[in-house]
Amino acid sequence: MAKKSYRQAVNEAIAQEMRRDNRVIVMGEDNAGGMGAPGEDDAWGGVLGVTKGLMPEFGRERVLDTPISESAFIGAAAGAAATGLRPVAELMFVDFMGVCFDQIFNQAGKFRYMFGGKAVTPLVVRTMYGAGFRAASQHSQCLYPIFTHTPGLKVVLPSSPYEAKGLMTQAIRDDDPVIFFEHKVLYDVEEEVPDEAYTIPFGEANLTREGDDVTIVALGRMVGFANEAADALEKDGVSCTVVDPRTTSPLDEDTILECAEETGRVVVVDEANPRCSMATDISALIGQNVFGALKAPVKMVTPPHTPVPFAPELEDAYIPSVGAIKAAAKEVAEYAR
Amino acid sequence: MNDAIQAITMPKWGLAMDEGTVVAWLAEENSLIETGQEVVEIETTKITNVFEVPFGGPLRRRVAQEGETLPVGALLGLVADAEVSEADLDAFIEAFNANFVQQAAEAEEAAPEAQPIAADGFELYHLRMGTPGAGAAPIILVHGFGGDLVSWLFNQPVLAQDHDVLALDLPGHGRAVKDLGEGGLPALTRALAGYMDALELDKAHLVGHSMGGAVAVNMALQQPQRVSGLTLLAPAGMGPEINMDFIQGFCQAAKRKEMRAALEFLVANPELISRDMINESLKYKRLDGVTAALDRLSKDLFPDGRQLTFSDVDLAGLTVPMTVIWGEADRILPITQAAHLPASAAVHRLPDVGHLPHMEATAEVNRLILSSLEG
Repeated sequence: MAKKSYRQAVNEAIAQEMRRDNRVIVMGEDNAGGMGAPGEDDAWGGVLGVTKGLMPEFGRERVLDTPISESAFIGAAAGAAATGLRPVAELMFVDFMGVCFDQIFNQAGKFRYMFGGKAVTPLVVRTMYGAGFRAASQHSQCLYPIFTHTPGLKVVLPSSPYEAKGLMTQAIRDDDPVIFFEHKVLYDVEEEVPDEAYTIPFGEANLTREGDDVTIVALGRMVGFANEAADALEKDGVSCTVVDPRTTSPLDEDTILECAEETGRVVVVDEANPRCSMATDISALIGQNVFGALKAPVKMVTPPHTPVPFAPELEDAYIPSVGAIKAAAKEVAEYAR
Repeated sequence: MNDAIQAITMPKWGLAMDEGTVVAWLAEENSLIETGQEVVEIETTKITNVFEVPFGGPLRRRVAQEGETLPVGALLGLVADAEVSEADLDAFIEAFNANFVQQAAEAEEAAPEAQPIAADGFELYHLRMGTPGAGAAPIILVHGFGGDLVSWLFNQPVLAQDHDVLALDLPGHGRAVKDLGEGGLPALTRALAGYMDALELDKAHLVGHSMGGAVAVNMALQQPQRVSGLTLLAPAGMGPEINMDFIQGFCQAAKRKEMRAALEFLVANPELISRDMINESLKYKRLDGVTAALDRLSKDLFPDGRQLTFSDVDLAGLTVPMTVIWGEADRILPITQAAHLPASAAVHRLPDVGHLPHMEATAEVNRLILSSLEG
């Protein structure tokens, strides 16, 4: 089995679904090659090259370059989905959601509900998120909690190349609008990814480590950090379970609660800002449902409540680190009433 | 390096293994170990196994500590006669470790990989180890229901030391095509015959596990001239009983817990089922077409929850030498079915072993396979 990058994994999933189902189309800024650019042999494939190679294979009919107007093309994608296509639209950076949010949360997310279950909206919005790319505060945010808050949207945060391919395939085959978050710092991470198509169901958490002492719930890029922390802690005699929820909507509450109950000590790691985040949401879920099993207060590891800094030193300090996760897990492991 | 000192190093069991954890030493320092003695227990991501050191002598040093995780090829211990001084042992360890990093990098590049191969219209994958032409006839390893060529990770490298050893993914399994064609035993047998054709193998010794055992037997019935011998591990088709809780559990399992519960039926000691075994099984199940293929095979091979069986007349007519290995604690296919085997079959019953003898009792199974080649 070949090693593939996160970028290749997403690309391969889209290409395989495009071959399988001719209703699948791709649209976004520079997804094809940029109108007026030298053309087919020079396709950009989006700003970081994720859709590269799709236009030469599937043509401009199915791989569309759009103007820099998210409100227009995200709206068009939602409409195309409601009328029979299965668009994969690229909202380049999730930070730009402000100019197309009505189309997503008030239109696409509500079609099924408001049309009495008769409308399906098989729309995938791919979007980049996350800090660590030296791209400053308008291109580095983790806005998935806002989409998770909205009923009618499914929200996916793949943490590795294998996860990215299976979850993207599932996203395209899903009949509801899916917001697919790609962490730009993960694009060059590689692992073994099957050549064949496969799907990973939504709402089913993955346990990337299993241990007895502390449960670490982590999302997206933070899963890898949590694994690193867990491996280091294992050597210090603290064994950790790492839960990757994979999707924040639907959220696999059962697995999170089971693991929290088993260890009684929980750390939640979230790269999003700390107010109204997955960290607060998951902490509340645990506090409300398995309070009796807790042996220590739930600890959250998040950035501070500030925009993502541009100064590299500050940006590095802002992102939850492996060290911070280790320290938090140690603290809850050693906590005694 | 000092020739009087022999190094025990971390073995490589299967392609995916790049490190192992020393669970326990089974021999004391300065005790005399015999060739093939079980000396150290090693946990891989796949399964825990006992390492038999291929040489004997006094175990002078246990370099690796229990609980330590080390890369493949890393130094575990030293065997040397009493006249070798402690200083020589220290010097050996230092020199070994200095060279080790480079060796590891080279080994990485040399690891053999499974290759695609077309077999009578089926796109299969296979892995060939050892030297073509070595041994009397090539050995083909045929996995069971829901398995794949990786199932032989503890066996293929050992057998390949002196033989040409091939393992394949049958249709519906591993990385092979998931379309089963006409389905059932006829399709699987045709794929195996087509595989031998594709490699221009006139004759082979077939080692089949469970469903793969039934495929091997069927091959020997249809084309006896191409089978030099059979080694069957808990072969299917020998009696009607089959544990449908396992079959249905495996086919339907979508979550880790469900998969663990299903896989635990396979082994006598449930602790052998590792996280990775569960993960790999789930990954396989998620591939497009797998669920349909397994459902189809299960309908073809075990309609109404009962196995299709070979007739006694057919089995009695088999003339190829046949060795059968069956775990007494098999909870998938009961060992009582061994009674249906022809009288000519040499049957080895392994106590405290479940349905995966090649993983649960690796060393013994490897020995039995090798001795069955001579028989």
